Amino acid sequence: MSFRQASVLPGFGLTFGFTTFFLSTMVLLPLAAMVLAAGSMHWSDFVHVVFSARALDSYRLSFGASFLAASINLVFGFIIAWTLVRYEFPGRKLIDALIDMPFALPTAVSGIALTTVFAQSGWIGRYLEPLGIKVAYTWLGVTLALTLISMPFAVRALQPALLEVQRDLEDAAETLGAGRFYVFRRIILPTVLPALLTGFSLSFARAVGEYGSVIFIAGNLPMKTEITPLLIVIHLEQFDYQGAAALGLVMLVMSFTVLFAINLLQAWGRRRHLQAASS
Amino acid sequence: MSAAASRVLVADAARPGQHTWLHSIVRWLFITVSLTFLAAVLLAPLATVFAMAFAHGVEAYLKAFADPDTLAAIRLTLITAAVVVPVNTVFGLAAAWAIAKFEFRGKSVLVTLIDLPLAISPVISGMLFVLLFGLHGWFGVWLQEHDISIIFALPGIMLATMFVTFPYVARELIPLMQQLGNDEEEAAITLGAGGWLTFFRVTLPKVRWGLVYGMVLCNARAMGEFGAVSVVSGHIRGLTNTMPLHIEILYNEYNFVGAFAVASLLTLLAVLTLGVKTLVERTGYRGH
Repeated sequence: MSFRQASVLPGFGLTFGFTTFFLSTMVLLPLAAMVLAAGSMHWSDFVHVVFSARALDSYRLSFGASFLAASINLVFGFIIAWTLVRYEFPGRKLIDALIDMPFALPTAVSGIALTTVFAQSGWIGRYLEPLGIKVAYTWLGVTLALTLISMPFAVRALQPALLEVQRDLEDAAETLGAGRFYVFRRIILPTVLPALLTGFSLSFARAVGEYGSVIFIAGNLPMKTEITPLLIVIHLEQFDYQGAAALGLVMLVMSFTVLFAINLLQAWGRRRHLQAASS
Repeated sequence: MSAAASRVLVADAARPGQHTWLHSIVRWLFITVSLTFLAAVLLAPLATVFAMAFAHGVEAYLKAFADPDTLAAIRLTLITAAVVVPVNTVFGLAAAWAIAKFEFRGKSVLVTLIDLPLAISPVISGMLFVLLFGLHGWFGVWLQEHDISIIFALPGIMLATMFVTFPYVARELIPLMQQLGNDEEEAAITLGAGGWLTFFRVTLPKVRWGLVYGMVLCNARAMGEFGAVSVVSGHIRGLTNTMPLHIEILYNEYNFVGAFAVASLLTLLAVLTLGVKTLVERTGYRGH
């Protein structure tokens, strides 16, 4: 087989050449620079930076809060997607359009606005304060910011899947006496499970790397509310390029591992689904 | 999705078991929870932006834009977007033509690599260029000898912005062109039209809404990017501060009216972006 199939259309050489050239210089070369910078470190230096107490605490916050945010989005994303797909109410179309707001809104704007709303004197923060709940400048605030900016991923992944749920099956099951929760567990959940996992992994991936919206609400106390991207920035400001590259590499490897694991889980689920269907 | 959704909704009334007490409670609960959640995390922050910007009246709001540093930040953001969006549009068109019109080996790898910047933290994206062109970076010494500044200067800001917005136009165009097929282009070429004529007269009109959508998303991200630009900019007031970075400085100086006044412009940009998105989807083109 040759490299490409014959076609009467012109322009393959030009467009393919430009695409690969631009991709290589803009994306692949810079990524190689990071791997090289981290790789040129002495092994003990690498371990020292990557496993320092401050770095470990930042991973715990970044990955823990992202995991929590993605889980919250799983629940609320499902509820919102279900509401938008199944129910008619005034303002539904407007809400549907607004879901993408966190994509369109610059993260710095989300950051200062959320901090203001959830600060002690803010519109919502003032009601949480007497309850002893502090959101701004705690890990709770970090989770909240990550939830907001990754929310559209969950909703947008679930909407098309919910449209595909076969409502005839739901009706048939209910006519035969199945309860609503049984229908949910046996008909709705299996259909939307792949979309739930996709929504979760997209939310998680976006949340782990987020910087702009978090640094305003986090308070940025070392070992307490300091996310890994901020630690990278601190290393760069001290001109410790290698340390920054090492942390960047660890972050990329960890988030790609999580994404890979979720992909495996999805493939396993599909196989099981096919086996169940054929047996 | 709205056409399909309303079909589902119309069919609702005729369904059995749709009016039991459990359905009503779940329905009421879901709508309330959805609206409350969205109001708390989405609408309240949006309203805050304008409430804070106009906290001391319209005059104070307008005066915030008289600050020369603010004007410089707005100018820098506009210049950056004016360079980055066209470059990424040309790239997106080229990539979509190569990927959608031809079958070749390694295509899926190429598509994955184009999406790569979306999976990378903005801070890491910015750092990549510091590692290349920064003072202690791979080309740092050479650049200094030749008196070229990239990091803490305009070229670095443009490169970092280009990196994070790299996939936006391509991502919209590739599935759209694949879905529309090659028949019309092949007919044009067979009838003797040249490649460029075919592109401008056949392909471009077909994909124009997807192209507009991709460019609008690319522009929104380019103007709003914070993390990547923050790493390469050096935060020099009036020189290398884009609008989002200027918001951070004003906010940290407790100049809330100034910070939220600049933020209100970016919020309006976001609303405009969503408006264009809604309009484009109404033309029948399905976005993601």
